[in-house]
Amino acid sequence: MEGGASARHLYSRDGSIITAGRVGVVCLPDSTDQVAACVRIALDHGRAFVPRGAGTGLTGGAVPCDDPVVISTTRMDRILEVDVDRRIAWVEPGVVNLDLTRHLEGTGLHFAPDPSSQQACTIGGNVANNSGGPHCLLYGVTSVHVAAVEVVLPDGEVVVLGEEEGEAAGYDLRGAFVGGEGTLGIATRIAVRLTPDPPEIRTMLLDFSTIEEAAATVSAVIAAGIVPAALELMDQQVVRAVEPFANAGYPLDAAAVLIVEIDGLAAGVEREIEVVARVAHETGARTVRVAADDGERDRIWKGRKAAFGAIATIKPSYYLHDTVIPRTRLAEVVSGVNEIADRHGLIVMNVFHAGDGNLHPILVFDDREPGVMDSVFAAGEEIVRLSLEVGGVLSGEHGIGLEKRRFMPLLFSPASMEAQRVLRDAFDPDGVANPHKVLPSGSSCGDIKELPEVPEGVWV
Amino acid sequence: MSRLEDFRDRVGSSGPVCVRGGGTRWLVGGPPSAGSREVRAPSGVVSFDPAEMTVVVGAGTPLTELTDALSEHDQEVALGAAPGATVGGVLAVGWSSLRRARIGSVRDALLQADCVGANGALFTAGGPTVKNVSGYDLCRLLVGSLGTLALIGQVILRTWPSPERTLWMQGPSTPEAARDACYRPSSLLWDGRLVSVCLEGYGADVAGEAAFLAANLGFSEMATAPTLPPHRSRWTGLLPEGGLLEVGSGVVHGPVAVDARKPEPGVAGLAARVRSGFDPEGRLNPGRDPYRIAA
Repeated sequence: MEGGASARHLYSRDGSIITAGRVGVVCLPDSTDQVAACVRIALDHGRAFVPRGAGTGLTGGAVPCDDPVVISTTRMDRILEVDVDRRIAWVEPGVVNLDLTRHLEGTGLHFAPDPSSQQACTIGGNVANNSGGPHCLLYGVTSVHVAAVEVVLPDGEVVVLGEEEGEAAGYDLRGAFVGGEGTLGIATRIAVRLTPDPPEIRTMLLDFSTIEEAAATVSAVIAAGIVPAALELMDQQVVRAVEPFANAGYPLDAAAVLIVEIDGLAAGVEREIEVVARVAHETGARTVRVAADDGERDRIWKGRKAAFGAIATIKPSYYLHDTVIPRTRLAEVVSGVNEIADRHGLIVMNVFHAGDGNLHPILVFDDREPGVMDSVFAAGEEIVRLSLEVGGVLSGEHGIGLEKRRFMPLLFSPASMEAQRVLRDAFDPDGVANPHKVLPSGSSCGDIKELPEVPEGVWV
Repeated sequence: MSRLEDFRDRVGSSGPVCVRGGGTRWLVGGPPSAGSREVRAPSGVVSFDPAEMTVVVGAGTPLTELTDALSEHDQEVALGAAPGATVGGVLAVGWSSLRRARIGSVRDALLQADCVGANGALFTAGGPTVKNVSGYDLCRLLVGSLGTLALIGQVILRTWPSPERTLWMQGPSTPEAARDACYRPSSLLWDGRLVSVCLEGYGADVAGEAAFLAANLGFSEMATAPTLPPHRSRWTGLLPEGGLLEVGSGVVHGPVAVDARKPEPGVAGLAARVRSGFDPEGRLNPGRDPYRIAA
């Protein structure tokens, strides 16, 4: 347990731009029993608790409101069991996503969810956010890959939801728990499904003179009946930012590139590559390149996965939105997003999971410029509203957290939000698990427009 | 008045009510209590966008009507059931298709559900896009809930491209050996002696795997998919007499009905809070209990 000023400051934030968090005390349990004890101690002292993994979340889901007990799972980082025969691994919640994949090397199996933060984010965090990543286009989001989960419920009781194989009888409480953003309890052990490595993987790089043509190609590939393993779009500014680092040979004069990955058995892979190439030429691709070897494939992906870090070479700050739109509306919405940014005098960089319509427009800015935050928030809200207007949703993989709770009424009727409230209350009747997140609450904690706090002892 | 509003009004806000689909699994989880008013959900494919790979369909639609509409565009949905079943019925029972390893479980197919709650109000769970973490995942909770949390009126389902070729092979093998000889077969069944495997995909790939199974494991082609014994139960590691294991799914199909296992007390308590939260007066499909489904 830590209660010092530096720990409390450190754990007051996550990967989001929300700075208003306030920590009561930080607990670092290393077993299920200790997590349950932390929860009971919080209850005894009338405090809420906030579960926390690596703190890479982007919507403030781990930002503590009103001095709660922060329960960090980072010490629970053991891979408990790998059952290659049954294709199941039991892990603790603090296991880093990429560490599990590395641990599985040589078994012919892998853990499919691969968020861009996979070098740092934990599997417990993936469960809380129902995380995605490029390859969830074909393989599905985290929920598809979580067979069972041991949970410390908000009253301190320990239950196991789900089954190692197939589906548990009765209500899918496992399915309801995944994506609960820490408001339904804390995962303490997770049985993840392992996916066989594909025998053939081919990665294509397509480039375009306009971003609209790239977006139209995405729609056309899906319309041709092909679901690639991954289908990612990067615009020119992203490409120019990452190329010096990745050396992937991205064409710097292209308005946008698409990364298309096809995997499976050899004949099907060849067929689908041909179809994608034909469709892409019809929709305006300038060149279609297929990576010749693993090295070239790795470089193409290195650029994509490094995109967020590379943004710092443009401007010091960024604000990233995560909405999903129908994949048939990509071209018009990308144009609309760029128009919104232009109108607010902001730079927008587009790098996103195009295949499932999951936009990630990144507004980049220098927060020392006077008034820039107002423009950033105004543009962000317009992007959200545009996504909803075309039949989209608020979030594809980052969740609601504190950031988007005020937008929930734009997507859901009062009755639809009430149904979600009923679920939450069933898990947490007393409202002690990560309060104020996901559903709109009266609390101003984490209000996104709140001025950043000035840490004690700092002269301004 | 829209069909959904009409459904809402027929469900009303008081008195016990049960929803009837095709009746093919009517007794699963127990029959509805005597005196329950019977309602039916709207029927018909509302819209299908093959380029989006999603379909909007009334829950009362016969599954065959949906699969016919999808197959015109070489697509399919992860719902499998006997002829006569409805979309809503398959979702309410929640049993996945034998081919779940390819097309996913029923729980992963439901993107959005427009429902009538116990208070008689319409609400929407989930959303129309293929990826969505906006709020809690009520859709997965609804699948397999036997209509005890809300009555589903209309849904949006995710569709997938149909395979170019489907081929069942059978031979004397262990499930592990057959599985390891193929890349992600759509289905693996084991009767204790013979393994039946469903190969799906592009014709040349299916032919290649079939030839490998024939040459190395003594498999031969089956004319049709295997016939399943009538009763489902959970796999306990011991195959019952006359049973057929769905390898990896935890489900055994056997000739004799098996009682469901009781959930652990903590899970049962949570489930009871969920049910009473959504339906405080117990008016939705009273008598039915998802925890009486054996698997």
